[in-house]
Amino acid sequence: MTGPVLEARGIAKIYDGATIIQDISLHLEQGELVCVLGVSGAGKTTLFHVLSGLTAPEQGNVYLGGEEITGRPGRVSYMLQKDLLLPHKRIVDNVALPLILRGEKKASAREKASALFGQFGLEGTQMMYPAQLSGGMRQRAALLRTYLGSEGVALLDEPFSALDALTKREIHKWYLQVMEKIKLSTLFITHDIDEAILLSDRIYILGGKPGHMIAELKIDPSRPRPEDFALTHAFADYKREILSYL
Amino acid sequence: MKKSRSITSKLPGAAAIAGLLLVWHLVCTFGLVPQFMLPSPGQVLTALWEEFPLLLQHARITLAEAALGLGAGMAVAFVIATLMDRFSILYKALYPLLIITQTIPSVAIAPLLVLWMGFEMAPKITLVAITTFFPITIGLLDGYASADREAAQLLRSMGAGRAQIFWHLKLPSALSHFFAGLRVSVSYAVVGAVISEWLGGFEGLGVYMTRVKKAYAFDKMFAVIVFITAVSLLLMLCVALLRKVAMPWEKYEKLERKD
Repeated sequence: MTGPVLEARGIAKIYDGATIIQDISLHLEQGELVCVLGVSGAGKTTLFHVLSGLTAPEQGNVYLGGEEITGRPGRVSYMLQKDLLLPHKRIVDNVALPLILRGEKKASAREKASALFGQFGLEGTQMMYPAQLSGGMRQRAALLRTYLGSEGVALLDEPFSALDALTKREIHKWYLQVMEKIKLSTLFITHDIDEAILLSDRIYILGGKPGHMIAELKIDPSRPRPEDFALTHAFADYKREILSYL
Repeated sequence: MKKSRSITSKLPGAAAIAGLLLVWHLVCTFGLVPQFMLPSPGQVLTALWEEFPLLLQHARITLAEAALGLGAGMAVAFVIATLMDRFSILYKALYPLLIITQTIPSVAIAPLLVLWMGFEMAPKITLVAITTFFPITIGLLDGYASADREAAQLLRSMGAGRAQIFWHLKLPSALSHFFAGLRVSVSYAVVGAVISEWLGGFEGLGVYMTRVKKAYAFDKMFAVIVFITAVSLLLMLCVALLRKVAMPWEKYEKLERKD
């Protein structure tokens, strides 16, 4: 068994003299879907900025597959709440952007991106502009871009929160399937406790002021879970436990 | 359906113009203003028709000055705006200066430019460059600033450098503001060239204007005004077309907003 694909040890981040997060350690194993849950102001987004290399922590280190990447962007791909597709680029160019930024030729980047459109349910949208796509489709395009930019690890910051309930349910199911197929390990932030229990293998619970780790929770049964999992006692027990921490 | 709506929406504008022409015509027919001072629309049209070849010849020079000045103004605007966006110290230093230079009326500096540069094209091109540079600079600055911060962060998380963020995000984000500035600037360019020709020169629509003024040829005065207006409108139309070609995604965004 190899080590975790992504690991953070003893992360602390200070902004303007105020400690935002303190002594946070976590790990993500190959193929895992792990959720970071916490009250507002627990520094979840700051934590993700550190993990993605957008900002360097005052203390602690980040490792990608054992290699230290602290403060180095471009290795772990990061998807924010909004799809942030660039309105002036066609979908295929939006999706291929991480490859282009690494210096790949436009034609071959487009080709690589195009090859994955089917798997992400985006057939035929290559030459469209973002404004022509529905919210769900845009989110999938953003996920595909995230995947293309990744080395097997994706950070998602409230990826589904902008979608309506039905679209959300559908995209959850779809995401789990796709993730399985493309062997992506995911760490994601959510405010939605139900979503966290439904999707995650494990849940990290953060407390606030400053952000610190309260608990780590393993969710059983392992995925794929039965359709009615959300209606079981086990689900309710998890929810009760999480609420007691928050 | 859609087409008919766009026609009805243009109807009030057309009616207003027609109404104004009618009032003008009636004022002339009933002799409310002496004819030598205010020629009727028909007389203006006749003058325009008779002078058209001459006007075209003069327009060649004026348009050349306007185009060269606009090109220079655009180039300077692009360099300055990009540097100001990149270095905030430059932004703070130059912004007040930009606003101040803009409050100096171009008519006031035109004579100075003629004294410095003579009666050839140089002072005209310079004046046009000065007047067109400002709206484009402001347009670009606002445009760069309008780039989505989160999108910039996303690109940075993908490992993008400053130049890549500029090329993939900031420059395209500035396009709509740039075209808005350009739209204003093309008409400024023509007017700027004409004004600078008033003060001296050998050919150009402004030179033509001063000549017909001295001859008290009011119908020709009006004719050249109509001609300049038409040229400006035509140039603005060109900018609108250019914008459509340069920003093909815009039409979908407009559709989306309507829904």
